[in-house]
Amino acid sequence: MLRKSNREVLSKLSELGNEIYAEIERGEFPRIRIPSRTTSNIVFNEELEQFVLGEQRSLRSAANIKQIRSLTQLLWVASFAKRLVTEGKSSTLRDLYYHSLNYGIKFREQTESDDTVTDLETLLGEPREGFNIFPKERSAIFGDLEIEYTTPETHKGRRVNLGSNPDGVMVGLSVAQADFISCKADKVFVIEKNAVFRRFIEERVYDKFNAILIDTAGQAPRLARLLIRRLNLELGLPVYLLTDADPWGMHIAMVIIRGSANAAHLRELTTVKAKWVGLWATDIKRFSLPSFPLTKLDEERIRLLEEDMRYREFEWQSELQEFKKTKRRAELEAFSAHGLTAIVDKYLPKKLKMICES
Amino acid sequence: MSKEKFQSISAADFFYRNREIAGFDNPVRATYTIIRELVENALDACEQYSIPPEVRTKLIGEGGSIYKIRVEDNGIGVPYDQVPYAFGQILFGSKYTLRQSRGIFGLGGKMAVLYGQITAHSAVRVLSSTGGFEKYFYELSIDVQENKPIIRRKDVTPNPGRWRGTIIEFGFEGDYIRAKPKVVEYFRQTSIILPYANILFVDPDGVLYRFDKVTDEVPKPAETVKPHPYGVDLEILHRMINATRSSTMVDFLVNNFHRVGVATAINFLKEAKISQSANPRTLDSKELLRLVNKMKEYDGFQPPDAQCLSPIGEELLRKGIIREFRPEYVAVTQRGASAYAGYPFIVEAAVAYGGDIPVTPQDEILVFRFANKIPLLYDLHSDVTMKVIKKINWQRYRLDVSAMPLAFFVHICATKVPYKTVGKEYIADRPEVEYEIEWALKTCARDIRNHLAKKEKADIVQRRLSVFERYLPMIAQFSTDLAGNEKPPDYGKVLRRVQAHAKEVEQRSLVEAE
Repeated sequence: MLRKSNREVLSKLSELGNEIYAEIERGEFPRIRIPSRTTSNIVFNEELEQFVLGEQRSLRSAANIKQIRSLTQLLWVASFAKRLVTEGKSSTLRDLYYHSLNYGIKFREQTESDDTVTDLETLLGEPREGFNIFPKERSAIFGDLEIEYTTPETHKGRRVNLGSNPDGVMVGLSVAQADFISCKADKVFVIEKNAVFRRFIEERVYDKFNAILIDTAGQAPRLARLLIRRLNLELGLPVYLLTDADPWGMHIAMVIIRGSANAAHLRELTTVKAKWVGLWATDIKRFSLPSFPLTKLDEERIRLLEEDMRYREFEWQSELQEFKKTKRRAELEAFSAHGLTAIVDKYLPKKLKMICES
Repeated sequence: MSKEKFQSISAADFFYRNREIAGFDNPVRATYTIIRELVENALDACEQYSIPPEVRTKLIGEGGSIYKIRVEDNGIGVPYDQVPYAFGQILFGSKYTLRQSRGIFGLGGKMAVLYGQITAHSAVRVLSSTGGFEKYFYELSIDVQENKPIIRRKDVTPNPGRWRGTIIEFGFEGDYIRAKPKVVEYFRQTSIILPYANILFVDPDGVLYRFDKVTDEVPKPAETVKPHPYGVDLEILHRMINATRSSTMVDFLVNNFHRVGVATAINFLKEAKISQSANPRTLDSKELLRLVNKMKEYDGFQPPDAQCLSPIGEELLRKGIIREFRPEYVAVTQRGASAYAGYPFIVEAAVAYGGDIPVTPQDEILVFRFANKIPLLYDLHSDVTMKVIKKINWQRYRLDVSAMPLAFFVHICATKVPYKTVGKEYIADRPEVEYEIEWALKTCARDIRNHLAKKEKADIVQRRLSVFERYLPMIAQFSTDLAGNEKPPDYGKVLRRVQAHAKEVEQRSLVEAE
């Protein structure tokens, strides 16, 4: 897990360096085997209930003229990562791409350097956040949770209550890596969109339901997923997911629960016990919500999800069937049609009861 | 009813009236032709006696369109008493036998003199010596109607330095400014085919063009041979019979024809139904006609042999091309002797790649044609060589004629070059000649293809090597950083493995190419 991984990452990086170094000294062509990320090697692991990489390995060997360049790129990204971690600095994918230009490591474009970063993630089995390469932060957390920073050095030991900022606190590395000191909440609400997150704060949902609120702002970034997992595992808090009633919202919930295929090389980002409380396709009728017809793209997406291993359970399948039957979708904001507080007063208690009873 | 007036004209008169067929149609063409004819006579005077040629040509503007040409050689020299005929009588010459030489009848040089006399009222001045104790000076003009030399002045002086050679000088009306590109090109191409000659040309502007020899080796001179039966017509047969001292047909054939022995002669005469013992002078015209026709049909004659030819050889051709173009690669080939209509010939060809050879514009091809060591500069597109080049499927040899820096060279040596015109500018498409040119060029093309394939392989190997040389140090450095070591590992061993592999690949490709 990310919190303890800085030292682990460093030891993995120096192990990689030592191997290559020794191979060169022996007069051998240095080579690295990386779990292959081709579709044929992405398999669903029943035990972990997430996609993982299979047994296939792809080779990056200095003996092969076609691989020596990507091997060099990978080793450069590794040494760059080492510097970030040892110096306690962070970077972004874009920033790394620009850095590469200084080293004569020619990435043709940023997608190539992004891919190489993913290679390193795969090789180390660590998300890039583990070696301080971060995406743009956009998720936020609000609730009665006191944390103590562990990074960066300047803030180490400082404590803060996540209920202190009414806008919510941005979920960055420092928050995701912080120690949990005390928590009065007994559940977590994860919300797909900021408008509803704000409404929940204004309506004192954290108080009424004794909950921590997290805004994922669309598909949850890795740090948010990591934080959700930690809240679930370390504090034992049940996690409830709230998204729009369409195949995309549904999938935001699914990725938090069972991970994405893109990150099949990473583990320990999923929260298997998280519950999707809605909006379900069946909620549209149940709560008489204003709805819109599905688009062509939506319908295609539904067909894809039907085949997806992660959706094979009855509840998920029946929701997909409902979408296919009604051909309608609805958004979380749709509750406003029933009054400003309807979602909090009527919907949430009813859905939580449904979930807890089932 | 008017009376047609018949009159015979002299050879000189004939050529005067028909000067365009010999390349004197206008001042531009005449300038080029005069220089060419004189230089070729000079070269022949050297080569036929294995003398490495030193030929100096000077063209001087005399005002207006009048020029003075002066050509000096170190050849064998013209004997004292023959000078007037050699330079003042058309169709007189040493060349009226069968062997490879540039001119056949010694016509061109005298045409040049005649042209000068007509256009600039210039007499020709000749200084010559065969290397004896004297040199002799003549000033001559041609009596056009009588075809006789007129001696205007004659001087014999001592030759203390034993100088040998000939200097000829006369004036003519020309146009050097417009002839210049062809003239300079003529000298340049002559130097390609004659890498053993020192050639010097000073033009009217005082510009010096100098082509120094790159070798002292002179090709074996051509030997004189008797005519081959295939190449004889009724007129020639008449003359031969008139001149012969043989009293039987067998003797006549054996003594006067190329590669005809007693057995061949007897068999042939049986076939022709002519008595072996018949006196050739007693044959009637029907028998003579039958004889000539049978000579062309009979397949028992030995093919003509090539001792009468003087090809320059693969090595010299290569040297000439290298001097001029410094190409990356030259493929040269010499075909065996062949014959058309009883005239032996040899084709030599070369294809050069890269170096100073430019990539020609689309639909232009760099072709250099030579016949008996004369560069052919006109009418490329009517020439048999061009026909062959267009016919060959170059893609089979992985050559792209329009996109690669390629130059083609074809040299035909023959006792009688099948020119299409008297102007000696392009070769007719005789099937035998065409066949030889085609195979010569294909042989060269194959050679070039192998070279390019080898080079390509070597390039790939080199590029591979440079990739390793670029990335291995980086890999070494990054692994050092990652491992936290002080100094990078020695990647030399790995690199040497790559180099060894490269060498192996290269050697393998060498073997394949052979």
